[in-house]
Amino acid sequence: MAEYGRQDPLDPLWDAVADLGKRVRGAGSGGGSGAGVNLSRIRNYVIGALVLLFLFTGFYQVAADEVAVVQRFGRYVRTAGPGPHFRVPFGIERITRVPDKRQLKMEFGFETVSSGTQSEFRTTDESKKESLMLTGDLNVAVVEWIVQYRIKDPYKYLFHLRSVSETFRDMTESTMREVVGDHSVDEVLTIGREAIALQAREELQKLCDLYENGIEIQQLVLQDVNPPDEVKPAFNEVNQAIQEKERAINEALADYNSAVPQAKGQAEQQVRAAEGYALERVNVAEGDGKRFEAVYEEYRKAPQVTRRRLYLETLARVLEKSGSKIIVDQQAKGILPLLQLDSLAKEKK
Amino acid sequence: MNQRTINNLVRGAILLFLASSSVYTLSETEQAVLTVFGKPAGDAVNTPGLHFKLPFIQVVNRFDKRWLEFDGDPNQIPTRDKKYLWIETYARWRISDPLRFYQAVQDERGAQSRLDDIVDGETRNAVASFDVIELVRSSNREFEATEELSGVEEGSEVDAKVVTGRAKIAEVILAKAAAITPQFGVELVDVRFKRINYVETVQAKVFERMISERKRIAEKSRSEGAGRAAEIRGQKERDLLAASSEGYKKAQLLKGAADARATSIFARAYERDADFYAFLKSLETLEKTIDDKSVLVLSTESELLKYLKGAGGK
Repeated sequence: MAEYGRQDPLDPLWDAVADLGKRVRGAGSGGGSGAGVNLSRIRNYVIGALVLLFLFTGFYQVAADEVAVVQRFGRYVRTAGPGPHFRVPFGIERITRVPDKRQLKMEFGFETVSSGTQSEFRTTDESKKESLMLTGDLNVAVVEWIVQYRIKDPYKYLFHLRSVSETFRDMTESTMREVVGDHSVDEVLTIGREAIALQAREELQKLCDLYENGIEIQQLVLQDVNPPDEVKPAFNEVNQAIQEKERAINEALADYNSAVPQAKGQAEQQVRAAEGYALERVNVAEGDGKRFEAVYEEYRKAPQVTRRRLYLETLARVLEKSGSKIIVDQQAKGILPLLQLDSLAKEKK
Repeated sequence: MNQRTINNLVRGAILLFLASSSVYTLSETEQAVLTVFGKPAGDAVNTPGLHFKLPFIQVVNRFDKRWLEFDGDPNQIPTRDKKYLWIETYARWRISDPLRFYQAVQDERGAQSRLDDIVDGETRNAVASFDVIELVRSSNREFEATEELSGVEEGSEVDAKVVTGRAKIAEVILAKAAAITPQFGVELVDVRFKRINYVETVQAKVFERMISERKRIAEKSRSEGAGRAAEIRGQKERDLLAASSEGYKKAQLLKGAADARATSIFARAYERDADFYAFLKSLETLEKTIDDKSVLVLSTESELLKYLKGAGGK
């Protein structure tokens, strides 16, 4: 649980100096046994040491991504930005550095072991407890998330709460559970993810303002959100069933598409054929009609002769075409039974 | 010379010692109560910076001024509807009256144990007087659902209206506990539920329920798929028959109209001489029906052959 805001590294020195003072006092009561040494030399050494200390403890440097909070005798006096600075030396003014420009991150439900192109994560028993939560429909979900934040107000961050980080973790967990507790498991797992992250972020910022911990939430992102391991197969089954449903529908649609357009085409074909028939029928009728009229015109001029001529011509063509001809005299009776009509027909084949 | 220097040094040391025991500093995060032989002397000091006191006699008792942490004892607590929940709370408090604090509980450890009693007790009371759903939910918002996942009937537990809700229950605990803590100089600033979960045995049952619920959704989805597919297949049958019968109908209409037209054309042409038409038609038919397999039996009396018996015939 790293608290951001580290004490000045020189501070232990002050404690050492104070210690030395105590020892000097102790030595004082022991009597001046080393009284014979050259005092002016000691004085020079002491003055030299003091000057060095003055310089060492007076100047300090603040890095680009942080500020230094300065306290004089414990009281807050100012905040110093990046760059070299001077302070009242000898521990009268002490500084605490706070990385106020750095984006800080906290992980919930998992831990990044090593980050890189292929980051490694792990879950511990504690992080499992963090991620397990009840949803609004009284189901259980495993939610992993991260919070990215910035220290907006170093003064509040340092002085308003003890163990800010631990408190911030508690606040975040509480907020996330409250928000998830108002959503159904399906919302948590799928459709509501963004809304949940957004709402949790807002609520958490409100809580930060209430606690005055000087933190500004920049991002709250849901990472892996899963049903608990025990019920995962059942959730997968639902996904599978949805796939199956889609497949069944698609197959039926494919069936439909393969049959119906063809049938429509065939119907169209029927119609076209009928149109053809209709054209033919009318044309034939008109043609035949015209032909008849033409023949009739001629026929009308000499009906008897034409009639006979037509008859004879036709008969001639017919006789030429036909297979066998039998000419029977009117007087010859009863010869029909004698004719082998079958064999005559066969012969021709 | 030597003796004098030593005297000066000793004097200086004593002065330094006196000075250092008559001043003290308070950080931004600290407040203090001065005591004389264990008895508080004067008001609490809560401004940061350099302060003076009587050397040796007055002792500085420092207290934190910030919000301090408190974790409730994680515990299983039965709700009003007899479900066991695993409840973890956290609280934040501060020493609002250092003097009273010092007198009543001495130090933070004393305060923590008092808070344990108060906050845990109030938590138990509050949890026991609400149903599970009240502790989980904060509002009555309707859940959004996708088409696939909706339509699964839910238990009455879930449908129950939330009257108070999680956040308000925490507020109830805070209000009740905060009324007590000023007795020992503490202001309770916030109490919240950090974690609410089912206890192991209940959790197993919940998992079973979740599994059966999912199975139900899966079944529903599958049967919806089958239903939709059957519907599409039915539509297919319908559209097939519609298309083919439509085609037939149009074809028949077209043919009928054409036939009618042809009939009227024929009728108009042939009505000029029906007898001649019949004659021509029979000739045509004759020609068509006779082929090389036909056997013709002709009488010498026929129009063609009548001259066979003698020119001029009868």
